[in-house]
Amino acid sequence: MNQIPEIIRTIPLEYYLFFSTALFVIGIIGVLTRRNAIIIFMCVELMLNAVNILLVALSAYRSDPNGQIFVFFIMAVAAAEVCVGLAIIVMIYRNIRSTDVHLLNHLKW
Amino acid sequence: MTSIILLSVLGIINLFLGFLKSKRILLPLVMLFLAVVFGVNLLDWNNTQTYFSNMLTIDNYAVAFTGIMTLTTLLILPFSQNYIDAEDENLAEYYSILLFSLVGAIMMVAFENMIMLFIGVEIVSIAMYVLAGSNKHSLRSNEAALKYFLMGSFFTGVMLFGIVLLYGATGTFDITEIGAAQVGADGTTNTMFVMGLLITIIGISFKISAAPFHFWAPDVYEGTPTLFTTFMATVVKTAGVAAFYKLMAGAFDASLASWFPTMIAITVLTLVVGNIGAVMQPSVKRMLAYSSISHAGYLLMTLVSFNDFSENALFFYSLSYALASVASFGVLKLVEEERGGNHSFAAFNGLGKTNPLLAFVMTVSMLSLGGIPLTAGFFGKFFVFSSVIAAGNLVWLVALAVVLAAIGIYYYFKVVIAMYLQPAGENTKVSASGFAIAVLVICTVLTILFGLAPGLVSHML
Repeated sequence: MNQIPEIIRTIPLEYYLFFSTALFVIGIIGVLTRRNAIIIFMCVELMLNAVNILLVALSAYRSDPNGQIFVFFIMAVAAAEVCVGLAIIVMIYRNIRSTDVHLLNHLKW
Repeated sequence: MTSIILLSVLGIINLFLGFLKSKRILLPLVMLFLAVVFGVNLLDWNNTQTYFSNMLTIDNYAVAFTGIMTLTTLLILPFSQNYIDAEDENLAEYYSILLFSLVGAIMMVAFENMIMLFIGVEIVSIAMYVLAGSNKHSLRSNEAALKYFLMGSFFTGVMLFGIVLLYGATGTFDITEIGAAQVGADGTTNTMFVMGLLITIIGISFKISAAPFHFWAPDVYEGTPTLFTTFMATVVKTAGVAAFYKLMAGAFDASLASWFPTMIAITVLTLVVGNIGAVMQPSVKRMLAYSSISHAGYLLMTLVSFNDFSENALFFYSLSYALASVASFGVLKLVEEERGGNHSFAAFNGLGKTNPLLAFVMTVSMLSLGGIPLTAGFFGKFFVFSSVIAAGNLVWLVALAVVLAAIGIYYYFKVVIAMYLQPAGENTKVSASGFAIAVLVICTVLTILFGLAPGLVSHML
């Protein structure tokens, strides 16, 4: 287990930074363009996991465990969010038999 | 700190109380719980302590804002009468979720570490996603929940990315240490740090519905059951702004130059969008939603011009805004129930004749929100504006805010005019429980009291 930070450090930090930024941007694009609530939700999870990867990499490079602890917090919170989010999506599916976010347009100004 | 533990335990106890046959006992018990928490919280006054190896700091700032939020929740609860009367409503669960989200709100005002800020924001947000959709059979409530949830979790991701970039630049989550590391030895600020700071600002701006990240607020506020809209517009907003102030003015004051232009832009946009948007709204509920955006703008003014007095101005403004909001949303809820869910301006026609007391309460809270003298709202605006002027070089911002406050009076008076000058027509007398009337009277009395004697609470911090 002790070598894991060293293995992580065999790849330069910039690569992790670019990789997780790319994942994060893919997630943003997905949220902005997709219509299905579940796919949008998956893209949000992708964003959170991009953050997790970056945290682990930074934490290994700085030899500081705080970042890895934060990953656990993010995972726990993301799990709680999944519970509530899927419940909301199921509730909507029961009412309108669809998960297309464009069908929900009752609230307009 | 004791208030966090107490609220968590009482929330769980409250869930078990849901097994009781009689639902009538729940409301007095929960109000008793909150009163105990309010008292226990005040014991920490002038007794600054840090907990959990420097994760939370309970100082006067945290105690004061915890006090506002607990008091507001206490005042909101009596409006849950329709849930008590309905057979199939999960009353105990709603109360527990409110108590738990109050725990998150306290963490947001007491955080000393980015992890705690994130956890606090999420506890509040996840509880609000549930409550926004609590009216399961209403498509509007469903839509509000889904919108709030998808956008909320999206901006949570954005805020996290910002926090991680800050961590990458400074190597710590502790806001004091980040503050110490923000400016390098050569006097410049690291690019990664600035990026992280700006992205974090975007994430938190969403939570307090500051423009241009406000687009969810009117829709969500309208679709959510009014009881929980009140909670969102008062407790969640107060916690968000207090956390924002603590983060920017407390920790990131040294790198002011890198975030000042962004914050000024957000503040001005929020003021303009909130006030101009509210003018065009057809319903009182949406008008109040836009007005809460504009009040976020006034609150943010303390943040761009922080000085010794801004904390007090922020505290007084939050308190006066919370009192007036509870009263106005409370009257709106009672009227809306009587009129079968109609929350347009026409629903208020003739309220001055059918219910003089409710109309008076609504008038005072509208005057307070608009900032008319002799109400707490006037001194809230006065303190905020004078603290901005004291900072120098931002007089133009105050001038803009005064003009927009004058526009605000127009839409607040639309309600007053409907109540007193329009004929009642088919609108019947609105019924209200004794509890709700008592809360409305307390809010009104406090609003006028703080308008006459603002010194009671204005120099506490």
